[in-house]
Amino acid sequence: MSATIEMPVVKDTFNADGHAHEAQPIYLDYSATTPVDPRVAAKMIPYITEHFGNPASRSHPYGWTAEKAVENAREEVAKLVGADPREIVWTSGATESNNLAIKGAANFYSGKGKHIITVATEHKAVIDPIRELERQGFEATFLQPEPNGLLDLVKFKAAIRPDTVLASVMFVNNEIGVIQDITAIGNICRENGIIFHVDAAQATGKVDIDLEILPVDLMSFCAHKTYGPKGIGALYVRRKPRIRIEAQMHGGGHERGMRSGTLATHQIVGMGEAFRIAREEMHEENKRITHLRDKLLHGLETMEEVYVNGDLEHRVPHNLNISFNYVEGESLIMAVKGIAVSSGSACTSASLEPSYVLRALGRSDELAHSSIRFSIGRFTTEEDVDYTIELMRSKIDKLRDLSPLWEMFKDGIDLSKVQWASH
Amino acid sequence: MNSIYFDHNATTVLDSRVLARMLPWLERQTGNPTSRHIYGRSARDAIEYARGQVAEACGAYASQVIFTSCGTEANNFAVKGMAANRPEMQILSSKIEHPCVTRPALAMQALGSVSRQIGVNANGQLDLAQLTEQLNIPTSLVSVMLANNETGVIQDLASVAELARTAGAFAHTDAVQALGKIKLNFTDLNVHAMTISSHKIHGPQGAAALIIDKRLDIQPLLHGGGQERGLRSGTENIAAIVGFGAACELAATNTQSFITHTLALREQLERGLAQMKVTIFGDQVARLSNTSFFAVDGIEGETLVMALDRKNFAVASGSACSSDSTEPSHVLLAMGVDADMARGAVRVSFGAQNTSKEVAEFLATLQHEILRLKQLTAMAA
Repeated sequence: MSATIEMPVVKDTFNADGHAHEAQPIYLDYSATTPVDPRVAAKMIPYITEHFGNPASRSHPYGWTAEKAVENAREEVAKLVGADPREIVWTSGATESNNLAIKGAANFYSGKGKHIITVATEHKAVIDPIRELERQGFEATFLQPEPNGLLDLVKFKAAIRPDTVLASVMFVNNEIGVIQDITAIGNICRENGIIFHVDAAQATGKVDIDLEILPVDLMSFCAHKTYGPKGIGALYVRRKPRIRIEAQMHGGGHERGMRSGTLATHQIVGMGEAFRIAREEMHEENKRITHLRDKLLHGLETMEEVYVNGDLEHRVPHNLNISFNYVEGESLIMAVKGIAVSSGSACTSASLEPSYVLRALGRSDELAHSSIRFSIGRFTTEEDVDYTIELMRSKIDKLRDLSPLWEMFKDGIDLSKVQWASH
Repeated sequence: MNSIYFDHNATTVLDSRVLARMLPWLERQTGNPTSRHIYGRSARDAIEYARGQVAEACGAYASQVIFTSCGTEANNFAVKGMAANRPEMQILSSKIEHPCVTRPALAMQALGSVSRQIGVNANGQLDLAQLTEQLNIPTSLVSVMLANNETGVIQDLASVAELARTAGAFAHTDAVQALGKIKLNFTDLNVHAMTISSHKIHGPQGAAALIIDKRLDIQPLLHGGGQERGLRSGTENIAAIVGFGAACELAATNTQSFITHTLALREQLERGLAQMKVTIFGDQVARLSNTSFFAVDGIEGETLVMALDRKNFAVASGSACSSDSTEPSHVLLAMGVDADMARGAVRVSFGAQNTSKEVAEFLATLQHEILRLKQLTAMAA
């Protein structure tokens, strides 16, 4: 048998050591997705070449090897977050985990009430399933965060109704990197008998997570934001006190009936290894990344009319989201081609809507449009940061030189009071 | 492991050419396909190329391909999504469907639907008269698999689709077992949606697709970032999708040689089985060329499969997904096979790499094991 596969050009933008080729832009979009750690890839590949097999096949050793690898990985994932392996359910990614947690819990407990509380700055993978539940007769409160991106606990408490059944608050925001007070929110949920779901896709390997202590019932994870492969995630489902969810995918009854479907063994193995590395290295790594972030922040905030979006204290060091005032958003993105960054969440940047997260912080459309999310990580170097600072400073200066608004601002005109002629 | 692998309907080994295509994406995976920078755009290009390869392999247009994480997800998406807008109507499937079709259909009963399963004859073919009669009741969806995973029996899908369309119902087929094993053409099948999966055709686990008529009124299963035209949210599994595309291209190119090769192996196998008082299920009708599902008179339970395993033959006692339980195969029960005989059934499913020598070894081992087990049974009796 022979067939030739005509290969499309793979724009292979990374060297084997994970660093960008010189001609390629510097990757500063770790919040959209992280490169796979070479150690993770090395661990995965045998499971896609030698140890293939369906983990549910019980009648031959191919299946057994796969099953053992899957269970080892489950332990690694559980260890990073202080869970029991039996509390970890594999999914295809954080979007599925969020859908399963939110629809699964809401449907299972709908007899207790049909009101859900969440935050306006959640990821679409939380907002959209809740919108879907609204169409099915649930009611939802979308809380506005404070201007620093954090949730006001008083407002959260005030939103609780007798029929509130579920709350969903993300651990770390994907656009602005702020860390919510999950312990405090969870305690309020406990006091009020509300199931508490947390989207932790952006949190693993960045903040300590200990589900033995955290008052959280359901937590979503994915591998590809933590140097693991795409297409694999997990949902934590608490056993004590036991939380029940209605399956969203039915079939062979895998994952104790909570999620049917053939498991991608190599991807699971990759997630396990990625989470093992995260557990062992995150504290050292965070120090290095904090240093790089501080350097980047210092290099950029010393410019005029620059605004950091989101609280700087309660924030992961990997994220810096900055609005550059008096610069037009699209031309900004075009001007900084030397770095690969995001002008909003990766999942929404196909559209030219201003980021709904920045809007929720009270930023104007103009400031939201002229914002850049710099997200750094394991393979970011000092040189990358130096280059970025230099690039940003020169490009912003150049764009502002061309901007009549900047000129007016420098002339001391209060632009908010200008009466613009209508066209 | 030096097993001889005869379980290709459960999963297949990854083709090295597919792996080569995947490796750059497996090893780095930098870039979210939704991102607008070069890393994102190159990931997007790779996915779109794969979409074209998948479409080509099953006679569809690229715009009809919606990628999912596995066949189970695609079937859940199809059944729940196509029934969602008419939840009060019944959902029809067959008694030989995979649980990932029948269970979501049952789950839809919570929304007021009724799920009914059409029977099959002794050869495993769908009872079209029963389907016609059931379609007098308002029906949202008819889902019938193209080729059965256990027996390999191929259904007359064009007739099923025609009946469904005439009655105003949607038609879906789970074609996971058919891809690469028969000539597959979505347009000719005339169904509204069709499920195919990567890991059954020497592609990686982690990718599958629902092929849909673009005008189809279908609701997504996963809500979120709006990927796959809003029909399947979630960051794309680029490496798996790239591998799926490459595997589809190979499968489509090699379908004819696959059929010729595995048919010769099966004829060799079944000639040998004919000497051993064996019942072969579905052997009177059109079957996948690689599949032989049989039971030996007087040997019960999984003893034979276990014995073969000890001799390093990887075969199945039913579908992999149900082999957790010791329930007899629902497919055989639907065909009217006695429960004791069904429990002892052995499924052999060949792949392109299997050889005539392996089949000869298998037959020799099987004959020996049958003799041994019968002696044990006789001693116990």
